[in-house]
Amino acid sequence: MSNIPSHLQYTESHEWVSAEDNGNARIGITDHAQEALGDLVFVELPAVGDEISQGDPCAVVESVKAASDIYAPVSGLVVAINEDLESDPALINADPYGDGWLFELELIDSEELDGLKDAEAYEESLDD
Amino acid sequence: MPKHTPLYDAHIAAGARMVDFGGWEMPINYGSQIEEHHKVRKAAGMFDVSHMTVVDIHGARSRHFLSYLLANDVAKLQTPGRAFYTCMLNEKGGVIDDLITYFMDETYFRMVVNAATHDKDMAWISSQAQAFDVVVKERAELAMIAVQGPRAREAVLSLLPESDALVAAELKPFNAGQFGDLFIARTGYTGEDGFEIALPAESATVLWDQLLGVGVAPCGLGARDTLRLEAGMNLYGQDMDESVTPLESGLAWTLAFKDEREFIGKEALLEQIENGVKNQLVGLVLKDRGVLRPGQRVITQAGEGVTTSGSFSPTLQKAIAFARIPKNASQSCQVDIRGKLLECTIVRPPFARNGTVCEGVI
Repeated sequence: MSNIPSHLQYTESHEWVSAEDNGNARIGITDHAQEALGDLVFVELPAVGDEISQGDPCAVVESVKAASDIYAPVSGLVVAINEDLESDPALINADPYGDGWLFELELIDSEELDGLKDAEAYEESLDD
Repeated sequence: MPKHTPLYDAHIAAGARMVDFGGWEMPINYGSQIEEHHKVRKAAGMFDVSHMTVVDIHGARSRHFLSYLLANDVAKLQTPGRAFYTCMLNEKGGVIDDLITYFMDETYFRMVVNAATHDKDMAWISSQAQAFDVVVKERAELAMIAVQGPRAREAVLSLLPESDALVAAELKPFNAGQFGDLFIARTGYTGEDGFEIALPAESATVLWDQLLGVGVAPCGLGARDTLRLEAGMNLYGQDMDESVTPLESGLAWTLAFKDEREFIGKEALLEQIENGVKNQLVGLVLKDRGVLRPGQRVITQAGEGVTTSGSFSPTLQKAIAFARIPKNASQSCQVDIRGKLLECTIVRPPFARNGTVCEGVI
């Protein structure tokens, strides 16, 4: 079964959000998502400095099989992107919650985090 | 209810991710599609292709029938076991299906057609057969396993009785023979050496497990698709269908119409040549980062076209595609990927075969 760490928050579209100590939000895709997509071969990330709004398609991950949009789980300013993914997109398959993170946002409205799913609710949404 | 091949339980046991393919529940991969792809290019992998349809043609006029039914000329098949790749066309020259035909003896030919086109193929073949008084016999009781890769043949041969192994080892490409229960053909859909083996359904899991035992990796439809794309082999329904002819599908080499032989679609093909073939099917290699997919808009100096197949090539480590574009386009083009126009080189497939990238492709 897929791995759903309890300290993260989730969206129905299979992104995870990690509230970092510095107040930023780190974002990636879930283990379930990487497994469904299969081997990742290309990642298109937003640029540092981009401002993105909750729900916007802001990145694309492509596997051998298909392209999949990544939707911003929360609004914010892009302060970091995972540059290792350019040469090694398979990091997402190997370690979706760690080395396979996508980008980091400086939050505009930290209350948006409250609207995300916890691990239990996300797991339930997978069963539907 | 999805249909299951005799190897369904073996796939589940091997951890396959199953998907629907033409009404069949088939393995898309067993973990990593890219690893499976490399396994076939570098060692040996096996595919369950039992969903494909084996059709045997029996009767004194079998050769006459196939001479009329197929766009390639069965007169080329004179030694028992000899096979070729061909299209089966409608009267307009549109491709009903592509298939492999084996000559067994003068009263017996075998054809292997696609799974997704089963119903229309059987209807077409049966209706055309009536005038020739031949028996069309679908062999649904046969399973089929394709074992592909530079080490595929030795893996299969190691499992055969010694006398059979000696003979099967001598099979040339596009030749087949019957060895006890096993119909062994030196054919495939990956651009690698190997065998395709048809056998009774009840024997399929035994052979599958034996192949696992000698190190042959189970591979899914995902790897099969990237392997055939690299190898420059068309996929029916994607790269060609009834709306196009072989002449605009990179398949002119499969046509034999320079003599008097009549076959279905010939008139239409000759007329198309007379009027000038407008489009060609070419290979594309993406220069930038990104992935090519079927259905993307292609812009050339001679007009627009469309990608028909596309993926990331594990061997080239670049995105590759087939595209149907105007006949006069050459050298380079642009592909519209999510609104961005990215540069591609136009090449002549195959992209990769026999373990390596083909010359002139990158």
